[in-house]
Amino acid sequence: MPAGLTLNHFVILSLALFLLGSICVLTRRNAIGILLGIELILNAANINYVAFAFFNPAAHYDGQVFAIFVIMLAAAEAVIGLAIVLAIYNHLRTIDVAANETLKG
Amino acid sequence: MIAVIVFWTLAVITVLSAMITAFSRNIVYSAFALLGSFAGVAGIYLLLGADFLFIIQIFIYIGGILVVTIFAVMLTQGVADMNISNRIVGLIPAALIALLAGAVMLEAILRTPWPHPGTAALNPTTHAIGNAFLGPFLLPFEIASVVLLAALIGAIVISRQAARAEA
Repeated sequence: MPAGLTLNHFVILSLALFLLGSICVLTRRNAIGILLGIELILNAANINYVAFAFFNPAAHYDGQVFAIFVIMLAAAEAVIGLAIVLAIYNHLRTIDVAANETLKG
Repeated sequence: MIAVIVFWTLAVITVLSAMITAFSRNIVYSAFALLGSFAGVAGIYLLLGADFLFIIQIFIYIGGILVVTIFAVMLTQGVADMNISNRIVGLIPAALIALLAGAVMLEAILRTPWPHPGTAALNPTTHAIGNAFLGPFLLPFEIASVVLLAALIGAIVISRQAARAEA
């Protein structure tokens, strides 16, 4: 199908998404902002899975199955992460990760 | 030719939204910009012939994770729009780290001669994915259900503790 599209297009798009996600994780003080960056990184990984699977028809479905597992884990991670963030917010009234570094109630 | 235009449109949408997510000072804008990234990635899946994954991405990422995230952002408003600057890693060192890592990875991507056995045919994938889940991937599939159950119970336990602490 994709005449003129190579694997490199998709891998480099995924690289761009990964780097933006890691900048987001590195610079945020807001715990929810860090979770947003992690979601971007997971999406970048998923693009790689699906792209490599598409350009290798023998493993076409394996890559997609792995991407589904990643999405499942991302959902679980988001729910648990946000529950922890809300618990911290209720406890300390802030979600600044630097203010929570003591890890003590 | 059309595939190339579609790819670049989706790539621009995805990357621009991701840039808003990464660089916006307001966490609410960041969370909403994630919608563009997720939708763009969903389009990429469609372009790669993964129709089931496209629907999963819309349902779970946009319909689930994004909504939960925006809920959390709204519930913690007030302190939510904190300054982006971090006293440990500022924007400039972070961008420097990302640029260095990105340069290395880009070099590796461009130098690697990817084997190219061809491209997959554009068929509906749901049937084959279902067979894969109940065939070779049966064990991970069952473990995934345990993980989801653990996440469910964990989220309830953590939020109940929070509610009890408030009461």
